[in-house]
Amino acid sequence: MTAVVETAGIAVRGLGKGYRSSVALRDCTFDLPAGRVAALVGANGAGKTTLLTVLSGLLRPDAGEFTLRPGERVAFVAQEKPVYKHLTPRVVLQLAARLNLVWDQARAQAWLERFDIPLDRRCGQLSGGQRTQVALAVAIGSRPTLLLLDEPLADLDPLARTEVMRDLLSEVADSGATVVMSTHIVTELSGVVDHLLLLAHGTLLADGDLDELLAAHVMVVGPRAQESPVRGEVLWDKHLDGQSLFLVRTPTTPVVSAPWVVRPVSLEDYVLALLSATRKGDVA
Amino acid sequence: MVEFRIDKASGLPAYLQLARQVREALRLGWLKPGDRLPTVRDVVATSGVNANTVLKAYRELERAGLLEARQGSGTFVKATLGSVDPEVMDRLRAKLVDWVDEARAAGLENEDIDALVGSVLTEGERIEVP
Repeated sequence: MTAVVETAGIAVRGLGKGYRSSVALRDCTFDLPAGRVAALVGANGAGKTTLLTVLSGLLRPDAGEFTLRPGERVAFVAQEKPVYKHLTPRVVLQLAARLNLVWDQARAQAWLERFDIPLDRRCGQLSGGQRTQVALAVAIGSRPTLLLLDEPLADLDPLARTEVMRDLLSEVADSGATVVMSTHIVTELSGVVDHLLLLAHGTLLADGDLDELLAAHVMVVGPRAQESPVRGEVLWDKHLDGQSLFLVRTPTTPVVSAPWVVRPVSLEDYVLALLSATRKGDVA
Repeated sequence: MVEFRIDKASGLPAYLQLARQVREALRLGWLKPGDRLPTVRDVVATSGVNANTVLKAYRELERAGLLEARQGSGTFVKATLGSVDPEVMDRLRAKLVDWVDEARAAGLENEDIDALVGSVLTEGERIEVP
């Protein structure tokens, strides 16, 4: 692999945030190169929204710090897709045009037209999916260099999800923006995102280039056994009546003899394995 | 024009899936030397694949000597993948037909045959671990 020179986008160091009764984020440290499209994945309550809100500048962390590129223009679309209920999408865009120092009306309006959003109906009368599109149009119109999206796909049907991701990727391919997007829809991320941030209970379990992370692991499948036939750290295992599965961290594709087989690890395998290992509370 | 598709459930990284699809197009003659590949922007817009993933696939194919990036004008097919002599193909196919007959006679289903072929193919790709 030739190394691609990437400039730093977000540098996060020891970030922590607690609420009155709980810790939402604990000692988070990671680097996200500029221009990456990162999926922020984790169970409910893992701290995804807290992390995005801190990065957006709307919430002050209790510990640690983060730095963005100089002059970064941040757009944050919160989970509730907040748009004024009594305003129409057309007026929401007019408002956004005045509130943002940088504004591209054509792009914002094109986004709404592409998805057939009625420009003159009050936002309160739009569906959840349509309100999402209004919030995304405002974000796109502000020409962000860092786009933070909290569950952008949650209210969208499968066709709209595919189209929204495709168009978002086109927008960021044009602008070179960095994207951090929280989502539960792990099965649809392959080829869409190139970076992973995996959170559990406020702690970062894994982060990095998606291909590199997955390539460093294998799924070893075979007859029921106590131990994996492959050397390396076992991150997760599962034992059925006649079968055992081990997710093993290993730098090279290992050799196993029949009846054992080694399979590449999909993003879904990886995420589910790491999250279920933390849920059991038996991580070493 | 190649239309790229990502099998999202596959454990194979998306960029390798794209690279494989270009290789297939070369092998089948859909792409010939001198043909221009869709721009990264076009692939993103039509297939919904991340731009970095497309770039990575193109770079991989450039390293393999199959594509070349020309400054300012795009990515072009540089070499073709040697197509196998039709006679050799016929001979291999005939052998395979005999082999499949034998496997069926032994009671193997299609799935068993797939698994067997898969295991022999991956055996060839084994990387020795010290």
